Amino acid sequence: MYNFDIETPSTVKDAVAALKQEDAQPLGGGQTLIPTMKQRLAMPSALVSLKGIDEMRGICEDDAGRLCIGGSSTHAEVAAGAGKYPALAALAGNIGDPAVRNRGTIGGSVANNDPAACYPAAVLASGATVTTDRREIAADDYFQGMFTTALDEGEIVTEVKFPVPEKAAYMKFEQPASRFALVGVFVAKFADGVRVAVTGASEEGVFRWSEAEAALTSDFSASALEGLSLSGDGMINDLHGSGDYRAHIVKVMTKRAVEAA
Amino acid sequence: MPKDGGIGASSKRREDVRFLTGDGNYTDDINVNGQTYAWFVRSDVAHGTINGIDTSAAEAMDGVLKVFTSADFESAGGIPCGWQVTDRHGQPMQEPKHPILAEGKVRHVGDPVACVVAETLEQARDAAEAVELDIDELEPVLDMKAALADGAPKVHDELTSNLCYDWGFVEENKEAVDEAIKSAAHVVTLELTNNRLVANPMEPRVAVADYNRATGDYTLYTTSQNPHVIRLLMGAFVLSIPEHKLRVVAPDVGGGFGSKIYHYAEEAFVTHASKVVNRPVKWTSTRSEAFISDAHGRDHKTKIELALDENHMFTAVRTDTYANMGAYLSTFAPSIPTWLHGTLMAGNYKTPVVYVNVKAVFTNTTPVDAYRGAGRPEATYQLERVIDKAARELGVDPAELRRKNFIKPEEFPYDTPVAVTYDTGNYHATLDKALEMTDYAGFEKRAEESKARGKLRGYGLAHFIEACGIAPSNLVGQLGARAGLYESASVRVNATGGITVMTGSHSHGQGHETSFAQVVADMIGIDENMIEIEHGDTANTPMGMGTYGSRSIAVGGSAMVRATEKIINKAKKIAAHLMEASESDIELKDGQFSVAGTDKSVAWGDVTLAAYVPHNYPLEEIEPGLEETAFYDPSNFTYPSGAYVCEVEVDPETGKVEVLGFTAADDFGNVINPMIVEGQVHGGVAQGIGQAMLENCVYDENGQLLSASYMDYTMPRADDMPMFDVDHSCQTPCTHNPLGVKGCGEAGAIGSPPAVVNAVIDALHRGGFTNVEHIDMPVTPARVWAAMNS
Amino acid sequence: MKVTMTVNGQTRTGEAEGRTLLSTFLRETLGLTGTHVGCDTSQCGACVVHVDGKDVKSCTMFAAECEGTEVATIEGQAAPDGTLNKIQQAFQDYHGLQCGFCTPGMVMSAAALLRDNPTPTEAEVREYLEGNICRCTGYHNIVRAILAASGQEVPAVAAE
Repeated sequence: MYNFDIETPSTVKDAVAALKQEDAQPLGGGQTLIPTMKQRLAMPSALVSLKGIDEMRGICEDDAGRLCIGGSSTHAEVAAGAGKYPALAALAGNIGDPAVRNRGTIGGSVANNDPAACYPAAVLASGATVTTDRREIAADDYFQGMFTTALDEGEIVTEVKFPVPEKAAYMKFEQPASRFALVGVFVAKFADGVRVAVTGASEEGVFRWSEAEAALTSDFSASALEGLSLSGDGMINDLHGSGDYRAHIVKVMTKRAVEAA
Repeated sequence: MPKDGGIGASSKRREDVRFLTGDGNYTDDINVNGQTYAWFVRSDVAHGTINGIDTSAAEAMDGVLKVFTSADFESAGGIPCGWQVTDRHGQPMQEPKHPILAEGKVRHVGDPVACVVAETLEQARDAAEAVELDIDELEPVLDMKAALADGAPKVHDELTSNLCYDWGFVEENKEAVDEAIKSAAHVVTLELTNNRLVANPMEPRVAVADYNRATGDYTLYTTSQNPHVIRLLMGAFVLSIPEHKLRVVAPDVGGGFGSKIYHYAEEAFVTHASKVVNRPVKWTSTRSEAFISDAHGRDHKTKIELALDENHMFTAVRTDTYANMGAYLSTFAPSIPTWLHGTLMAGNYKTPVVYVNVKAVFTNTTPVDAYRGAGRPEATYQLERVIDKAARELGVDPAELRRKNFIKPEEFPYDTPVAVTYDTGNYHATLDKALEMTDYAGFEKRAEESKARGKLRGYGLAHFIEACGIAPSNLVGQLGARAGLYESASVRVNATGGITVMTGSHSHGQGHETSFAQVVADMIGIDENMIEIEHGDTANTPMGMGTYGSRSIAVGGSAMVRATEKIINKAKKIAAHLMEASESDIELKDGQFSVAGTDKSVAWGDVTLAAYVPHNYPLEEIEPGLEETAFYDPSNFTYPSGAYVCEVEVDPETGKVEVLGFTAADDFGNVINPMIVEGQVHGGVAQGIGQAMLENCVYDENGQLLSASYMDYTMPRADDMPMFDVDHSCQTPCTHNPLGVKGCGEAGAIGSPPAVVNAVIDALHRGGFTNVEHIDMPVTPARVWAAMNS
Repeated sequence: MKVTMTVNGQTRTGEAEGRTLLSTFLRETLGLTGTHVGCDTSQCGACVVHVDGKDVKSCTMFAAECEGTEVATIEGQAAPDGTLNKIQQAFQDYHGLQCGFCTPGMVMSAAALLRDNPTPTEAEVREYLEGNICRCTGYHNIVRAILAASGQEVPAVAAE
């Protein structure tokens, strides 16, 4: 890979300052960024490691009962520490593999917004709030298409705040090679309605399946989905599955998530 | 009772200790003083004309010693092909030049065009990006049938077409086969693809070359299954270096599966470059590079027809296959779809006539060569799939249809209609064993239980034969091999009785250091730990052909037996002298030489000491010392066979297939180390399940490899595999080698793919999807779902 | 820059660039070549080591990020006299390796698993090994070796 300087600030403020350098990039767990850099597809002049920032670690509950997860928390830490939100803990515990889960972070995943990543489905289905060094962004405003988010250059995800639903489950149908989601569906039932977010399937990245939400809000059961179908148009079509196949699997995984919730 | 040593014992592997402690010595662990680093500039287009290569900016960069292009290799030969196939009309195959660095054209994504040698790896890579390639992209040739159409672009302009050869076998039987098919009561036809695979040993390829200008000697450390073959091919055909000035070392090698047999351009490059820059040169492949530069495997498209009479006896098999060679001929590529494939099309059956047509085709893809099984998985897959389809169409039990067509145990040796003679076998025994191990009778009940859970259960059976123990040199010579396929061993007995065996075989996971020692220990009756096995260095092992084609114990082991027999014969002479007895009365048991009918004996160590301290020694009759070499050339192939059963569950909602169980009942003849043999079967079966369900090499319409990393090429993982149930108790020992062994390295990969696919099709039929006759491998969820909804 | 870490109990210091991976630092700078690199997409797991007690892929972490950490590699697993630890010994007893290339990562992942889950089920072992690819063994004997190392009953290695 190209060479760069590595910086290890201990406060968010210092990290933000460091990221003002030209072509500086934040480094979370590096589980996506480092392989990308090995292919020389990214060439930052400096990497600003967020791992040493204590204020970005840890899991707690806020006054509104939301589960607040520091941006530098690893998937393994969330899997172990998000017991208050079991579907989220289970999702975190099934990202990548154990070694990846010991490095990869929620902030990194949410900032990257890989169209097949798991976390975006949880954030969107939960109606979570993405907190950055400068503002709070509602999930519905945050995800803006494949690898695209509302984040500005140099903006850091410092925390994600998850309202805890009454019931929830995440069903992941794995792409067999990468073990990312070929299709992942997160269903979350709140007192005021059901939210369904789908990852892996769409060319637009994570999205909410509004027909399923409406059907499940009036009847939270797998059978409520019977008459629904999704179009394969706009779905990812690759060597692991066609758009039509993905559309079909979205429905199957949604049903299973409802049953598991 | 388990044996505690020698032949038949599950001796623990001695090589494990260094691998478990990080003390192995793989090629990338080798760094030579003054070493420089090579980074290849590879084509990123599948087909194009090279107008120019501007290396000036790269040459000026920090740390760069030199940037090489094909102009630097004008005196070198091309990478040679080791096998010449003769076509149906008696003409030799078309054989294009395979340059070390591309000349004039690039022919596949990954074709090396230039190479930077620099002080550090990162400097080499930085400079490689500054090499400017001026390439005019040409339309690529990707589909094999389209490649043979009139007016198709040519991969090699100097050839008449993209056809490497059009091979017919057995050509004299063609009319008889056509006639048998025309007059048959039933003809069952199947068109299928044997998917392209990437071998993916976990250790990527590495080559380190060190030229000594004072002596003119070259040393090449390389990740090879056969260092002597590399020395011969590269020395004699590419770089004109005589063997005595070229040492090739293949140290610990992290798996091969065929992909490390071949002589690769990168090996010749570093060897030559080391002389040019007068520094050692190291090249380490990345995995991404491996995907586009290691030879791929399989990639056949076949139509097979099976003719049966009214009693369901097979009367003929006819196949029509297109085999992808890729852009250049890799070392053994032409032999795989022909002699390692056509000769297996009789399978375990008494089919009287067989005709195999193979058209080998050049395309703008990475070269294709042997991968575990090599030709035999392709043959087995076609045959065992079409037999399953026949059983379904005829409404008969697939096990019974096979059984009634099997060659019977009393019919061996059996001359097949495809040129080979099976020496021994008992297919009824292995079939019965597999059915018993899998509770065939209880399957219906298990299927009901699955159905209650909403799943479709299927039972898939396949039987296989392979020809391995490669191979009789005079025979393969007639068939076009440009090498002999004997094996060698030197047995050096030391003065105090310890033994060093230097074998031409190469171990890269097979455990030879343990199993070979067991054989010699057994023959002499001494402890295994008194024997050390050396391999992999042309400087201290006799000329040998290496390890592939399940040949090591059958051919290399036999050479070692012959050399050890010479040792024992000489030791008996010495013992007779020491005990003042007749040589014909000397017996060797448990490391003691005794005189028959007396209580006189001398120990092994007394005899070996006498050989090197010949004070009381028959010097007038025999020389001092105790060291013997043997070369063994087999008189026939060996023919392992077996019955494999796969049981699957299909999720009808998603199409996802789960392998619930996999059972293998093999006949490997005699077994030296059961633990190692079972491990070989496990690994082979996993690769076969991988081919059947997970692995696939996919190019897009521009010739870009889509499955170019582990992100898209599905390597089998632990949670994809079941526990395996393997058995090797059905043993019909090989009749023509001294150990009665057949070889076990490839069997698992040969017999398993049809068992898996047969199981999936069975599951779908049981679930009511009776229109699904076939699904091409890999049977991914998306493909199964598409088939169910077609 | 200079990077200092404790590797297998010894303080080790070496030069690293920003881009120097931990795997490169271990192999090239410290000469600890037991840690292997089998891919460049962070999937094969041949490079797994422990950093501050957690199993990580050393090819997907920069050496500079390991400043001041405790690193454990395959070279530190056996006793100083060469006696294999119980996981290593089980791998030999149950033929859990063939070519040996993936083995260091397998052993380090197995050690991490058994520390958190001393008696895993077969399914848990297979799931934990999701990030470790072996091309030789079909995993059968690796899984058995890990179960045996955990003290659970495992049938004999091979039929006789």
